[in-house]
Amino acid sequence: MTKRALPVAAMALLLAGAAAEAREIYVSNEKGNSITIIDGASLEVSATVPVGNRPRGIALSPDGRHLYICASDDDIIQVLDTQSRKIVAQLPSGPDPELLDLSPDGSLIYVANEDDNMVTVVDVASRNVVAEIPVGVEPEGMGVSHDGRWVVNTSETTNMAHFIDSESLEITDNVLVDQRPRFAEWTSDDAEVWVSAEIGGTVSVIDAAARGVTHKIAFSVQGVPREAVQPVGVRVTRDRSLAFVALGPANRVAVVDAQTYEVLDYLLVGQRVWQLAFSPDEAFIYSTNGVSNDISVIDVEARKVLRSIGVGRFPWGVAVRD
Amino acid sequence: MWRLVLQGALLAMALVPATLVAQTAPLEIPLTFFATGTQPRLPLSLAEPVLEDEGLQGARLGLEDNRTTGRFLKHDYRLSERVVPRGADPRAAFAEALETGERLFVAHLPADALLAVAPLAEEAGAVILSTRAEDDRLRTEQCSTAVFHVAPSRAMKADALAQYLLWKRWRSWLLVYGSHPADALLAEAYRRAATRYGAKIVAEKVFEDTGGARRTDSGHVQVQRQLPVFTQDAPEHDIVLAADESDVFAEYLPYNGWLPRPVAGSAGLVPSAWSRVHEQWGGTQLQRRFEAFAGRPMAEGDYNAWTAVRAFGEAVTRTGSADPAELRAYLLSDAFQLGAFKGQALSFRSWNQQMRQPILLVTPRMLVSVSPQDQFLHRRTPLDTLGHDEPESRCRLNPEEAP
Repeated sequence: MTKRALPVAAMALLLAGAAAEAREIYVSNEKGNSITIIDGASLEVSATVPVGNRPRGIALSPDGRHLYICASDDDIIQVLDTQSRKIVAQLPSGPDPELLDLSPDGSLIYVANEDDNMVTVVDVASRNVVAEIPVGVEPEGMGVSHDGRWVVNTSETTNMAHFIDSESLEITDNVLVDQRPRFAEWTSDDAEVWVSAEIGGTVSVIDAAARGVTHKIAFSVQGVPREAVQPVGVRVTRDRSLAFVALGPANRVAVVDAQTYEVLDYLLVGQRVWQLAFSPDEAFIYSTNGVSNDISVIDVEARKVLRSIGVGRFPWGVAVRD
Repeated sequence: MWRLVLQGALLAMALVPATLVAQTAPLEIPLTFFATGTQPRLPLSLAEPVLEDEGLQGARLGLEDNRTTGRFLKHDYRLSERVVPRGADPRAAFAEALETGERLFVAHLPADALLAVAPLAEEAGAVILSTRAEDDRLRTEQCSTAVFHVAPSRAMKADALAQYLLWKRWRSWLLVYGSHPADALLAEAYRRAATRYGAKIVAEKVFEDTGGARRTDSGHVQVQRQLPVFTQDAPEHDIVLAADESDVFAEYLPYNGWLPRPVAGSAGLVPSAWSRVHEQWGGTQLQRRFEAFAGRPMAEGDYNAWTAVRAFGEAVTRTGSADPAELRAYLLSDAFQLGAFKGQALSFRSWNQQMRQPILLVTPRMLVSVSPQDQFLHRRTPLDTLGHDEPESRCRLNPEEAP
């Protein structure tokens, strides 16, 4: 809001670097081979940037300057400069990178290599692979704890959350969850890891210290067959009051009380909703709806879907910066 | 490290020192791939590979996947491969396997061989996951508590296709079936599906297999002249359904009929548990893994065998046991769910131990649809709209206990 009150001269000065100063939403289009950039205030598409083949997982550097893109079928991570909106570098990723997460300081990228039963660790500065960690079959979800100490990877056919020590780069614990775990989300205090199971239809809440499942959240949407309830993306608010869970072909985002683990509401979004991202102030959460080629904008406090925005073909990942 | 110690302590009820826990021997899980040697089938199409190890390669990849998971749990999976020479008695070989203590079988057998070994398995308390025999009689009359069917039945495939044809409103079918016994069984499955879904078989024709070489230099000349005549007298129909399990003639039907009608069944639009064209629900990953492993595309029998080995693996992972009775109970329980690239969990029907699964409808190059179709509902699960439902089967293998 304050930015709108800026004097005209300041606005003119900002124009060159305008992209860096306003909220922007980045969406990877798996089949469109592009990144859609949406202006966070007007909710209009401001650019569509062609990228490599089958872009899926995306993540922003801590300073918001770079967007890292898993170009799955090119076996690389592309680096998009969020100001120039150009691909400025590429990083090695290991085969078939699907999801990635960054160390808190942004110096390391942890990548799930879906075809190779590996997690690859990439040093951003040197652009080198510094480690390959063998994990279960079809690694997918990647979550780094906020203190950077632990990395959780989920493997879809092994059905485990693997806890990787970020110092020794070895797995210390494996926690069995339900079928086809897709995503791992650490709570802000690093006390819990929430892991979705797409085919199992549940979210397992793992006590990060005890390394065991303490709660299992199931979902039931009226009028939707049980088989269509397929949890994928999970996000928990910083104050651990609410969690949002994307339910795939159920076309709903579930709102969960993150203290009682009770499902509070189901919000109707677009078709086959997969990934979620909060705005930095957590006023909004955005969902990628793969089959309807759009994203939904959800008001977090009101728990209401405000609108949908058409993007490219089969939107997959989403990231937001101010 | 303290976390490792803590977990070890918890596991051992905090009584045994963690160091001792770390030294416990791994759980050994000996699995057996059991098949009878068959003459490799020369496909009618030159484009199709001649497969000599269908099933076996899928079981081997399943073993790799189980071993990867087992590494984290100290579960040590083995696979013994027993392929009985053509013409030899499978019972002797099966008894020999039982003799050496093998109890967990993936059986890639035709129906009669499966029926021959099933009593031996029952007696020994062994569990067989069957990956080849599609015969409906094994699901409706000749069930065995020892046998689980991972392979879909002919009726499941016919129903899967019929649901799609109904959705297209193609209700008039011309049925052409071959002269082999299996073709007659498949034709029967299509007749059943027609009755079940209100479609009409307007005429039936038998295509005689007269034998002869499959590879010829000028085969099309005859085909182009004979097939239109063969289909000329058929009444008006929406689609030609081919029942040709021996791959004798179905591939000749597209574009050669008297009327311009699509072909389905054994050629054209084919119902199958798996196809090299399937890429949804992560299917691409399994395709890539299999091709890297076996050096060829994954065939349906490979998928069935992979699924069977994974089903054993899932039961072992969740129960921490390799005991056949415990694994059997787990496979039948509500807790058993298997992810297998079909977009939903697979499970077993209690009455005949048939695996519930979506069926792909594919052309040689593309996936067209996946059944069950949305509008077909069932009180238990839409998957039970495919094949023989409980009231249609005489088998009651695991009757639910009275409350």
